[in-house]
Amino acid sequence: MGCVESMNYEILMRNASFRECRDYIRQHFREFIDVQPGFKIFDIHLIGIPPIAIGLDADFIVFPYTKPCHGTFLLRIEDTAEAARLRRLKK
Amino acid sequence: MDVVLNGQELVNVSGEPITPRGSALLVLGCPQVPVQTSIALYLINRLRKSGIVTVVAGNKSANTLLLIADPDRHYLGEVMDLDRAVGLISDKKRDFDRCFVFIHNDAGVTYAATMGVISKAKLFTLIYGEHYDDLVKQVDFPCTIIAAKAVHNPLPLKKAIDEVTPWAA
Repeated sequence: MGCVESMNYEILMRNASFRECRDYIRQHFREFIDVQPGFKIFDIHLIGIPPIAIGLDADFIVFPYTKPCHGTFLLRIEDTAEAARLRRLKK
Repeated sequence: MDVVLNGQELVNVSGEPITPRGSALLVLGCPQVPVQTSIALYLINRLRKSGIVTVVAGNKSANTLLLIADPDRHYLGEVMDLDRAVGLISDKKRDFDRCFVFIHNDAGVTYAATMGVISKAKLFTLIYGEHYDDLVKQVDFPCTIIAAKAVHNPLPLKKAIDEVTPWAA
């Protein structure tokens, strides 16, 4: 179990395809960044078909989280420091 | 090359260690489709007989199916957690010459695309299951596709692998 799974997260989508999650982020969040697979967020390296979209909404971060048996989840986690780090990467 | 499988070590018929011809990572998917475990052991055997060191990465269930099937490790070499493998490769701490990704669902395609970016390995996608043809259409990144409609019977996928001979590539 990764640390993300022990965090206080909200599941916005479950059992979705990776592309559905990416489309959701781009359609529902004015602020997002594109990263490559392997990009580290919290304690995990992101799995995904490039580019991977990460949504930002104030201190909330929305990102895809893929597991082999359960497909891709779209998770929403509040973390002020991580949101700030991601915003710095946009510049 | 005369190669004998001896635990994790590759040795010749005299029992002397040999220099590996390369390395291969097998990325396992969800083990709910029965052919995965059988094909993984078959592929490991063929790769190791060609002098290629193999490492398996999967979730706990997929790895345990292999470990229980090969308790004396006649075929299996190193086995590691999938998330750990992704982390090591992403951090450039480890890489392989070949990477085989088992795919029977959308998550499998996602893992394969990830390996194509983070690893320098020659990428092979093993696509199987009831809806293998739909999954093949989703693979739009560089790799060698090995695909067959195989759910319970591994022979169609074995045949497809034998035609590609990835251990010789």
